Amino acid sequence: MQVNISIKRHNPSAPDNNTYWEDFDLSMHDTASVLDALIKIREDVDGSLSVRCSCRSAICGSCAMRVNGHAKLACNTKLSDVIDADGRVTVEPAGVMPVIKDLVVDQTLFWDKVKQISPWLQPDGPEPEGEYIAPNSAMMDLAGVMNCIMCGACVSDCTVLEIDKDFIGPAALAKAYRFVNDPRDDQTKSRLIELNEKTGIWDCTRCFECVEVCPKGVAPMERIMSLRESAMEQGLDQTVGARHADAFTDSVAHSGWLNELLLPLKTFGMFNLGAMMGLAPIGLRALLRGKMPSIFHRSVPNVHRIRRIVKKIEENE
Amino acid sequence: MKYALFAGCVSRGGCPELYPATLKVCQKLGFFLDELHERGATCTGAGVLQEKNQFLGDVFNARTFAIAESIGLKIMTICSTCQGVMSQANKRLKENPEYLAKVNGYLADEGLEYKGTAQPRHLLWILIEDVGIEKLKTYVTQPLTNLRVAPFYGCYIIRPSDALEFKLHPEREDSLERVMEALGADVVDFPGKTRCCGFPILTINEKNSVSMVAKHTSEVKDLGADAMVTPCPLCHLNLDGYQPKAMQQSQQNINMPILHLPQLLGLAMGFDAKELGLSRHIISAKKVLSKVGIPA
Ligand code: SF4
Ligand code: SF4
Ligand code: FES
Repeated sequence: MQVNISIKRHNPSAPDNNTYWEDFDLSMHDTASVLDALIKIREDVDGSLSVRCSCRSAICGSCAMRVNGHAKLACNTKLSDVIDADGRVTVEPAGVMPVIKDLVVDQTLFWDKVKQISPWLQPDGPEPEGEYIAPNSAMMDLAGVMNCIMCGACVSDCTVLEIDKDFIGPAALAKAYRFVNDPRDDQTKSRLIELNEKTGIWDCTRCFECVEVCPKGVAPMERIMSLRESAMEQGLDQTVGARHADAFTDSVAHSGWLNELLLPLKTFGMFNLGAMMGLAPIGLRALLRGKMPSIFHRSVPNVHRIRRIVKKIEENE
Repeated sequence: MKYALFAGCVSRGGCPELYPATLKVCQKLGFFLDELHERGATCTGAGVLQEKNQFLGDVFNARTFAIAESIGLKIMTICSTCQGVMSQANKRLKENPEYLAKVNGYLADEGLEYKGTAQPRHLLWILIEDVGIEKLKTYVTQPLTNLRVAPFYGCYIIRPSDALEFKLHPEREDSLERVMEALGADVVDFPGKTRCCGFPILTINEKNSVSMVAKHTSEVKDLGADAMVTPCPLCHLNLDGYQPKAMQQSQQNINMPILHLPQLLGLAMGFDAKELGLSRHIISAKKVLSKVGIPA
């Protein structure tokens, strides 16, 4: 199979013009991975190409990079799945983290985020004689998160981290979920209080990038949503995000629709004038353009049926 | 062709220009539309309600699917978010019969039952899968030649790709570009086209949300785009409505007109600016109109 690999290269010691694209034409076996091709280039064509890898079997998490613009493990991405009709594919270093050289990024940011959530068990009370016992059912749910190989693919493609490096981010928040839900850990509430702060669970845009790129099915975003639910259940319901979810649910449960005019009021509270004024400019501009008039002061037809369903679910679930 | 139209909240609320523009374009395409909101269908939950109570969201969406089944029509959405939330709910309902039965238990009072046959699809996909690109071209009376347009999908019509059945329908992945080309427009490709517009965190972290608006709109401006087009009214709300703030925050002059997909279709089909509600945007679309030779 003939392939043309376009690699985004970066050489920090070159004086200028040190980031550039370079094309390589190779003949590869049909079953070859992107990593096989990169190694072949390094061994046979250009020994100066930097690439990080170790296990070559999607276990060590060293080889996350962007293939055709999206984060993947180079070792478990088959060339035949990613080349276009002309045999072309592009390879770039992972995003968000600074590039050291070529396809190797500095993962300090990744590890700092993981450290930030205190990734160790914090049980109260005296140590047991033997091991800490946990029910199988509880651990089964956590197994999915423990599959994380710390590759940073999710961090690379996270939409929020791209513009705000303070966000705790998908991998560390998935890790936090693992400790919040571990029956042996006794810091559940204090962990949630911390995660509830700015840069935590509410800053995620729910964009699904991390779910899509994670090679291990960790689904970080779904863990973040579950942490939001846990936080609200623990009474941490006064963040803007929690109030937004509350108001949204109330509106749909009551009228069948989203009452767009009431939503900001309920989200920010009647008396949070600062936040309300923040919304005013778009409100005024929208008003001028006739965007605002809303049909949503009326409910969907047969809304009593919706309310009946909501009531029943509240009673039963 | 007959469809059960699920118009969603925003097409008649925050972006009221989208709903009439959709009706015009669908009429031109010869679609017969039965409107689900007239039949009591609710909001999908938009992923927000699901944060609080995913089960309730699944019941609401199963109910909408059951209503469409009861009238024997396939569902058409006009919002990436509605589409994604419905596809995700549908996946959960269809892959687990026990779960479906439990959900159906809450619909029985109304005599409804979701049998699992609904295939909600966005107008964008319907254009490709039911109308076809060649046929679509025959509706173009005013080709958008020389109009440089950047696509912006909206997260939920791109991810998660398994719920959206991209394996079964690989054409969905670049559907927007194909439709734009069929209308005669020049596609301005850019890496941000499948990223998040920032809308979901607008009330939570406005600075970040607005930074995303600035990033996407300025990027396509640098690439020489005349406009951006989106199949998602929530993206429109943010990219259009918060662009003034994005310009202020990033200290750039961007002024990138954002069009709804049906508006772009409508322009190519010869509708005028007023019929498409083009004067209702925050960022003026006048430049676009003069470029395609339509009076503002
Ligand atoms: S869903 Fe949230 S955590 Fe995951 S990539 Fe998007 S913004 Fe980041
Ligand atoms: S969550 Fe997935 S993508 Fe993120 S570091 Fe872990 S294995 Fe990699
Ligand atoms: S080389 Fe170990 S995960 Fe790819």
